[in-house]
Amino acid sequence: MSTGVIYTETVVHAAPAEFVADAPYQLAIVSLDSGGRLTARIAGERVKIGDKVELAETRDGVEYFRKK
Amino acid sequence: MRPVAIVGIGKTAFGAFPDRTLRSLAVEAGEKCMTDAGVSPSQIEAFYLGNFAGPAFVGQNHLAPYIAGSLGLTGVPCTRFEAACASGGSAFFHAVSSVAAGLNDIVLVAGVEKMTSQTTPKVTEILAGAGDMAGEGRAGATFPALFAMIARRHMHQYGTTREQLAAVAVKNHANGAKNPLAHMRKVITMQQALAGKMISEPLTVFDCSLISDGAAAVVIVPFERASEFTDQPVRILGIAQTSDYVALDAKADITTFWAVHEAAEKAYKMAHVSARDIEFAEVHDCFTIAEIIATEDLGFVKKGEGGWYVLEGRTCLRAERPINASGGLKAKGHPVGATGVGQICDVALQIRGEAGELQLDRHSLGLAQNLGGSGATAVVTVLGGI
Repeated sequence: MSTGVIYTETVVHAAPAEFVADAPYQLAIVSLDSGGRLTARIAGERVKIGDKVELAETRDGVEYFRKK
Repeated sequence: MRPVAIVGIGKTAFGAFPDRTLRSLAVEAGEKCMTDAGVSPSQIEAFYLGNFAGPAFVGQNHLAPYIAGSLGLTGVPCTRFEAACASGGSAFFHAVSSVAAGLNDIVLVAGVEKMTSQTTPKVTEILAGAGDMAGEGRAGATFPALFAMIARRHMHQYGTTREQLAAVAVKNHANGAKNPLAHMRKVITMQQALAGKMISEPLTVFDCSLISDGAAAVVIVPFERASEFTDQPVRILGIAQTSDYVALDAKADITTFWAVHEAAEKAYKMAHVSARDIEFAEVHDCFTIAEIIATEDLGFVKKGEGGWYVLEGRTCLRAERPINASGGLKAKGHPVGATGVGQICDVALQIRGEAGELQLDRHSLGLAQNLGGSGATAVVTVLGGI
């Protein structure tokens, strides 16, 4: 589950209490090359639908993908 | 199954009411609808309550008997239903089921939410609990974020535009401005809607429904007994509740709410009608994109054409099929647990011909569609006059 394609994305400006310090942050649903989909954060450059991404790191149990 | 009818409706205003408690709102709606039906608490055989997050919003559990007691109602089954934003619709569905099955005759259904005593980030966090907290929630998904991702995908697959999303907000605000019980009675322009503060791209504050306090209630009885209470019963011709996965990333196609499509098919079949027969509808516009998708899933237009349907003005107050004549969740407000019952009240008000400035010309067959979460619960009800 380390590579995939962006199925959809958004940039969150109004965050829940727990993530207020992170905002704005990009969130995406990644269609994994290994099958299935995963909701994850995007690290670095902003992505759009159809972009290829790879897993950059897993932090606090959350996957961060970056543009390939 | 016995035919069921609504013989009493009652709503509070929706809005931000710092001086009102959850209990006082629910009691006001309950008393109004029992007065409307001409029934006393001692006649009520069961109480069904829709409430999403009273324990988190106001710290009160055991809400159904808590509210029932304040209405002078004891000794009967009192149960709270939680199905996220479809909590009210779910309570209504189960209440109708019990009357249709012959278990109860006179039943009170209420929905209530008291949201504005919490800060917006806290409300956002509580609402996020209607999603998959171990997955999308942990990654930082808010409800606006989930519907923003749905909007992005709908735009990608069907060419839906920002203007089409904004057209939902402009229309619903125009209607809400004429609704005396609406939270935001303010007309907005397309330019304002497009320039709103960004919440979750591409959704601005004008694409999102409001954080509101409010309550709504109805009394239902077997249709054969309706004339004991009113000369204007509203018949429940078809009703269905369906479900789907909670997590957005578990759905095959996020541009459709499959549960809504399934509920609509079942409700139409039960009512012996088709989508084209429905004259007007109250749909669940928690976000502008949700109204666009609802009009597609309910079969009013083909998949992908919902954006054009609203932009061309075909769902305005005086158009071919008015959608959200009440102002919708967008302008009327969205006290989560109250919404599903409130929609039933709004459709019933139209059928009874009592909607005042918002009264529609064709009002004999209406529909209410209530959505929970990002589509995991759906309730569709077809209502008609006699």
